[in-house]
Amino acid sequence: MADTALHLTAMPAGRRKTRMLLALSVLLAAASALWLFQGLGEGNRAFILQLRAVKLGALLVVAAAVAVSTMLFQTVAANRVLTPSIMGFDSLYVLLQTAMVAGLGVAGFAAIPQLTKFLAELVLMCGLAVLLFGTLLGRGTRDIGRTILTGVILGIMFRSAAGLLARLIDPNEYAVVQAASTVSFTRADPVLLPIGAGLTAAAIGVALWLAPRLDVLALGRDTAVSLGLRHGRMVVVTLALVALLVSVATALVGPLSVFGSPAFFGLVIAGLAHALARSHRHDVLLPAAVLIAANILVIGQMVFERLLGQQAALSVVIEFAGGLFFLYLLLKGRIR
Amino acid sequence: MIQLSGISHRIGGAPILNDITAELPRGKLTALIGPNGAGKSTLLRLIGRLEPLQQGSIHIDEMDLTRTPSVDLARRLAVLGQQTQIASRLRLSDLVAFGRWPHHQGRATARDRKITAEALETFGLGDLSHRFLDEVSGGQAQRAYLAMTFAQDTDWLLLDEPLNNLDMSHARGLMSRLSGLVGSAGKSVVVVVHEVNYAAAWADHIVALKDGRIAATGTPDEVLNAGTLSALYDTEIEVARHQGRPLVLHH
Ligand SMILES: Nc1ncnc2c1ncn2[C@@H]1O[C@H](COP(=O)(O)OP(=O)(O)OP(=O)(O)O)[C@@H](O)[C@H]1O
Ligand SMILES: [Mg+2]
Repeated sequence: MADTALHLTAMPAGRRKTRMLLALSVLLAAASALWLFQGLGEGNRAFILQLRAVKLGALLVVAAAVAVSTMLFQTVAANRVLTPSIMGFDSLYVLLQTAMVAGLGVAGFAAIPQLTKFLAELVLMCGLAVLLFGTLLGRGTRDIGRTILTGVILGIMFRSAAGLLARLIDPNEYAVVQAASTVSFTRADPVLLPIGAGLTAAAIGVALWLAPRLDVLALGRDTAVSLGLRHGRMVVVTLALVALLVSVATALVGPLSVFGSPAFFGLVIAGLAHALARSHRHDVLLPAAVLIAANILVIGQMVFERLLGQQAALSVVIEFAGGLFFLYLLLKGRIR
Repeated sequence: MIQLSGISHRIGGAPILNDITAELPRGKLTALIGPNGAGKSTLLRLIGRLEPLQQGSIHIDEMDLTRTPSVDLARRLAVLGQQTQIASRLRLSDLVAFGRWPHHQGRATARDRKITAEALETFGLGDLSHRFLDEVSGGQAQRAYLAMTFAQDTDWLLLDEPLNNLDMSHARGLMSRLSGLVGSAGKSVVVVVHEVNYAAAWADHIVALKDGRIAATGTPDEVLNAGTLSALYDTEIEVARHQGRPLVLHH
């Protein structure tokens, strides 16, 4: 036993981990192929294929963004039950939609170019995050709990502000707000998707590059500092990546809480990633989380659309299937 | 030599350390003693740059603490705090391996793995190395933290109450190992200890703190006498001698 443990630390990622990542990749490839080609009729093949490809792209981008942002957030917060969705990004997004409709009217809202809207939402959401995380810097990065609490309270305030504003506008406008505030993987159009995918890939690339430092960050402040990590800077960089990932995903498809009670999807993914990776190393954990999230989303959406004929909500599929698997691992003692 | 000059420290307006100036000699085992709340941990944390320095200066050998990159310090000085809490679920072997991080920053070499394995053996953790940190006893966890600090293989070792949770034999083993590091490997060690007899038996140099000030410094013979200790701890303390060293009687 002792022998295998030493062996595992001795090998960079370990063969078992490579095999696990490979299996998840194969599963994802199969699910994606099924998604693209299943029931593809005779007419209009190219058109349907393109439609499906864009939607698949959106699913993958969102899955990757949610997975990595959750893992990074948990590493910074040194907590396995928090996810960035408690930080109020969703509420800010809904407030922005409501404010735009209230300010510009239905016609004006519809006339905003998609790209402008996307970029403005990105800048505003990241701006809020910088403000929030900036308070961290001022406190010498000691008070992460307080920053998170501030985010939660801001989120509640945004939500009530949006609710208040919604009551002031007329029902037609409200219907537009509602449509804009529900998640939609078809909303991601072929222009925005590559930008969102590029930003997400860049953020994940940086996170992977920082993986060894993230491993140290996860040890907590005192140990990280004594090992020579520039802790304050690392916390800020990591939170900036979280903010970028969450903002991109939200601006691309809408409020992410559609994946079930806001924290649930991230929680399931993080729990599964730890259970399957059985490693503290982020160069294993991050890819595992991305692959798990992508599999759950693609398969879940496929079941939802094609098996259930859109009769249920995606969140129900995810909460039920993800929850069952999670419980199974929990009972087997693989998650702790 | 660690040179402390004019160090003062406040927490929320309350003075914790007052104008501390002292030298911690190189190549010696220095014991930091004093009553609860004297400021020992605060001072050690300042030297280990776990707290930002508010006033005064600290030089570790030729390095100015506030001007030296943190990772350069980590290759010269290892610090183990009084309470170390680690949130992530780690096996003991993984924890100890982190001691090598300042040297390889992510890409462990064969030498790093060898030093890690040796540190595990040294602290009698070979059979436990696959266990998770939350699956071992308090003393075994403490030994794992110590092994990590040893694996860092630095000139300077700062340990805050390393004897915490250790049984008699492991406590004695640790002190003799520290003394060995100083004697044969030319390292310099600073330990906070409460059991003054460990200081009496093993230390070369003693710094006594009280109420955020230096109360006494010197060799064990100079500091560990009835007068100084009684005043330091506000308790009647007798000191006898045993095998040429002070033996403090306080029960
Ligand atoms: N975060 C804090 N806020 C307020 N006061 C603090 C804080 N940390 C320490 N102190 C105070 O600073 C003083 C010195 O604390 P320190 O931990 O350095 O003492 P110590 O000598 O290590 O004591 P012990 O032997 O109990 O470990 C104490 O009076 C303590 O109450
Ligand atoms: Mg202390």
